[in-house]
Amino acid sequence: MGVEQKLGNMGVVTLKLEQVVNWTRTNSMWPMLFGLACCAIEMMSAQAAHFDMSRFGMELMRASPRQSDLMIVAGRVSRKMAPVLRRLYDQMPDPKWVISMGDCASCGGVFNNYAIVPGVDEVVPVDVYVAGCPPRPEALIHGIMTLHEKVRGEKIKDWA
Amino acid sequence: MNEHIQAVSEALQEQFAAQVMEFRGQTSLLVPPEHILAACRILRDEFDFDMLRGQTVVDYWPQQEPRFHLIYLLYSLPRHMRLSLRSPLNGNYPTIASVESVYPNANWHEREVFDMFGIRFEGHTDLRRILMPFDWVGHPLRKDYPLGYEEVQFSFNYDEIDRRKPYARE
Repeated sequence: MGVEQKLGNMGVVTLKLEQVVNWTRTNSMWPMLFGLACCAIEMMSAQAAHFDMSRFGMELMRASPRQSDLMIVAGRVSRKMAPVLRRLYDQMPDPKWVISMGDCASCGGVFNNYAIVPGVDEVVPVDVYVAGCPPRPEALIHGIMTLHEKVRGEKIKDWA
Repeated sequence: MNEHIQAVSEALQEQFAAQVMEFRGQTSLLVPPEHILAACRILRDEFDFDMLRGQTVVDYWPQQEPRFHLIYLLYSLPRHMRLSLRSPLNGNYPTIASVESVYPNANWHEREVFDMFGIRFEGHTDLRRILMPFDWVGHPLRKDYPLGYEEVQFSFNYDEIDRRKPYARE
């Protein structure tokens, strides 16, 4: 009923390299284990049994930036945290992606003052913004799906 | 005012020319800044106020002169009593003696006060910023500190702000 029967015993699937690499990247995209504020609670529940991000190959939150592919900026970034965040980003190996989770990380949210960075895109390049205060786990998962779509569309000439 | 607090107030009035203020059953003593260290030592050693619960500042600029009131919130564990000391500070960048030698936890409290209000503490062992980045300019909780509001991006001014907003690169 699947592709196996159509192929017979060939055991071969032809694909573009671009597609197969992008496919593997989307299905084991490990996020970095860190949260900055209340959005992190929603991120945790997105990981937990009810929403279960392991459906998308993301059950492992890596506690080290060296082992992670995806940075989910969950919460407001203070001016003092900003250089730390950038350093974590720089320590992640390529290819790497950033999701800005919630209003505070995306645009400063309710904070408009000296202490909070108005939008984490001043510090790290962001791929997907997730709106909400805080976003529900479904919203985060939708953001991750959007990122997967983006990754699937990446071109071989952009990898370098 | 109970007896112990009464005795404390009288002693401090006599020795340091403190003024007694009472509001809804809470007593605070206005102590001149030059006597604050001695007052704290006496309160700890002779009147059982063995705990510094907090240290904070009110900035009364521009309504009042002197603009800063440094506040010490003391607590007595054996007697279950609270007392606050207030010390009015003259000038924009005042200096006052550190009470770290009496209450060691004043170290961090005084760092926070310094960070947020720019009040310097003489005799403090490690007077650095504690909350803000070390290269920060200014003291954010002063009333004359600029709020630094960023203009909010709406659909009508999105492009204009987008042009001058800093973005990170790879």
